Amino acid sequence: MASIDLQPTENKSSSHQTSITGAEAIVQALIQEGVDIAFGYPGGAIMPVYDALYDYQDRLHHVLARHEQGAIHAAQGYSRASGKVGVCLATSGPGATNLITGIADAQIDSTPLVCITGQVPSHLLGSDAFQETDVIGISIPVTKWNYQVTKAEEIPLAIAKAFYIARSGRPGPVLIDITKDAQFQLLDFEYKRSTSIRSYREEPAIEIGQIEAAAKAINEAKRPYVLFGQGIILAEAEQEFKAFVEQSNLPAAWTILGLSAMETSHPLNVGMLGMHGNYGPNLLTNECDVLIAVGMRFDDRVTGDLDKYAKQAKVIHLEIDPAEINKNVYAHIPVLGNAKKTLPLLTQRLQKKDRNEWLERFAECDQLEHDKVIQEELNPTNEILTMGEVIRILNEKTGGDAIIVTDVGQHQMVACRYAEFKQSKSNITSGGLGTMGFGLPAALGAALGTPDRTVVCVVGDGGLQMTIQELATIYQTQAKVKVLLLNNEFLGMVRQWQQLFFDKRYSATEMINPDFQLLAKGFRIPTNQVTHRDQLDQALTEFIETDGAYFLEVMVGKENNVFPMVPSGCGVAEIRLD
Amino acid sequence: MEVEKKEFTITVYTENQVGLLHRITTIFTKRKINLESLTTSESEIVGIHRFTIAVTETEEQVIKVVKQIEKQVEVLKADFYKKKEVVQQELALYKIATETLTNGIEIERIVREHNARFLTIEREFVVIEKAGYKRETKALFDELEPYGIKEFVRSGRIAVARQQFGPGKDIETLLLANSSNI
Repeated sequence: MASIDLQPTENKSSSHQTSITGAEAIVQALIQEGVDIAFGYPGGAIMPVYDALYDYQDRLHHVLARHEQGAIHAAQGYSRASGKVGVCLATSGPGATNLITGIADAQIDSTPLVCITGQVPSHLLGSDAFQETDVIGISIPVTKWNYQVTKAEEIPLAIAKAFYIARSGRPGPVLIDITKDAQFQLLDFEYKRSTSIRSYREEPAIEIGQIEAAAKAINEAKRPYVLFGQGIILAEAEQEFKAFVEQSNLPAAWTILGLSAMETSHPLNVGMLGMHGNYGPNLLTNECDVLIAVGMRFDDRVTGDLDKYAKQAKVIHLEIDPAEINKNVYAHIPVLGNAKKTLPLLTQRLQKKDRNEWLERFAECDQLEHDKVIQEELNPTNEILTMGEVIRILNEKTGGDAIIVTDVGQHQMVACRYAEFKQSKSNITSGGLGTMGFGLPAALGAALGTPDRTVVCVVGDGGLQMTIQELATIYQTQAKVKVLLLNNEFLGMVRQWQQLFFDKRYSATEMINPDFQLLAKGFRIPTNQVTHRDQLDQALTEFIETDGAYFLEVMVGKENNVFPMVPSGCGVAEIRLD
Repeated sequence: MEVEKKEFTITVYTENQVGLLHRITTIFTKRKINLESLTTSESEIVGIHRFTIAVTETEEQVIKVVKQIEKQVEVLKADFYKKKEVVQQELALYKIATETLTNGIEIERIVREHNARFLTIEREFVVIEKAGYKRETKALFDELEPYGIKEFVRSGRIAVARQQFGPGKDIETLLLANSSNI
């Protein structure tokens, strides 16, 4: 289902029923929105909804996470893999506050979510009742929209608006807080999907003049360079994007959230941007003459020091959110609109060019990076295992067809740098917020959202322990999550910074870990551990070929670093290869 | 180089929705921008509220903030104006002891000269009202201060655009086009 498809299916668009409870109305509304799976955790203030769910188990599957943070990251993973809206249920008070990290993550990474929280009965609002918290107030800064329902009759419209707002335009998380008395009240239920709100414009109107100006700039450019982000994936504009870059042989580099929008092997895919991105894509940002940003927001991890960022270039910014224009980088030619519509308009105005000389610059940089960094990372000459070689062999086993979910840290950078992708929506990672603990539950959600695909969760020993309890949810749901733990017994990324910028003062980064093999066994998940290189190939074969969940721990070098690196506060051209 | 901060008035036309004030102010707090004043009221359009926000900031920052405000689902329109682009007023109330009046005609002269007026005269205190720019209400404050001001309050800035039509004109068009979808 298209994430931006807003046309309701005709025969499902409305229904009318007399006198059902608010709780039942919530469940029926979810079903009418096409929700087949919801992640959550019950509790006092949401109990009527859980009671209603009992009668709809055949149509709406509920996944019982082991912590609300697990539930919401699972909903995020589900959404990112399937393109559908992720749904999350929680009770009031601590249930609701435990969602906040995931909501903030979804807000900064534009993930469509609908979170439904129970709230104390309306007559107790403001009385500091048991498990009362002002979740509306708390979630305002991290939601696209939120709303508190205190009467059952408000439920259909509130939920319809929630789904419409979450998935339309630049997607984002929405929270609906529903008092317990509203869940018990009766209402005449009629549901109609929302397709417009008078104060809200999903996407700005396209100005053809801007398209023409952008086309002219690209046609006149000697060294045009494209940066693409998740906007391509959210707009489902992968084909339109490919046609665009191919038309004029434009080298294209991705942000971490744009990864997998274009297959890794495509000759115009020049690699990763940002702090641990590829050498050429960073360095040549300051050599291009026209910089074309598509569906990306110039995050500081991409740009480094803005005063040293692409100052020589004319910047074209294709973007759905007007607030992103000129936010970080000045756009000489802003092209507002949905990329699925603007890209073809631009492509049809582009001249065919070969640009061999310019593309050769990327190839040269690639060769240099390969010689100085990649070769040794992927094929190490000493006996210490590297994260890179694990990913290299993983690529061989998956053929680039798997969904790779990562947590946050060194393993994330290595996985994003070296994992190969053939299809879109295959890289799921916490980009903007950098939420440790995201990976395992997000992989669970991805696996349940795309049961026909292989889902690998690449995770570090630090992040794994933040949400390790979700192994129980993986077991209970029988989700086929392949957990690949790259264990360096350190909070590796922080340790790397301590080594490089804090005189090797390893403050609070070494981890004396539990026995992860025993733990995985305790969660009833098949497990294996690799300590030597000669075990790796066979172990990864078994890891991928085993039908069902699997836990593979690889002991990697304790003090390996991720390079290249644009040190914090430096310009992109100051990228270090060692 | 430090870019100069200037006085701006931001107007925001919104649906009347609980929590929207918080949603708008949080956009400022996230960037550590101090709101000099914020006034909410009805607007010229039935059912539509407006916020009038006074800030002293760089124009670049104000542009960014206004875009973030306009992005909010229940905001119909957000605009910003430089000092000369609005007609603005503030209202101030000054409470002084009634006995200060009976000791001569000084207070009455001051009130008259400042185009202020007595709002109420009670047995123990009087309340003086003055509308104007901040410097004008401040000038009256300075003159009354030696006589003892018991209580003082100044309202937030209210302002209308210095042109025939305000932002509401566009909103009416928008609302006509989407009359059924609140």
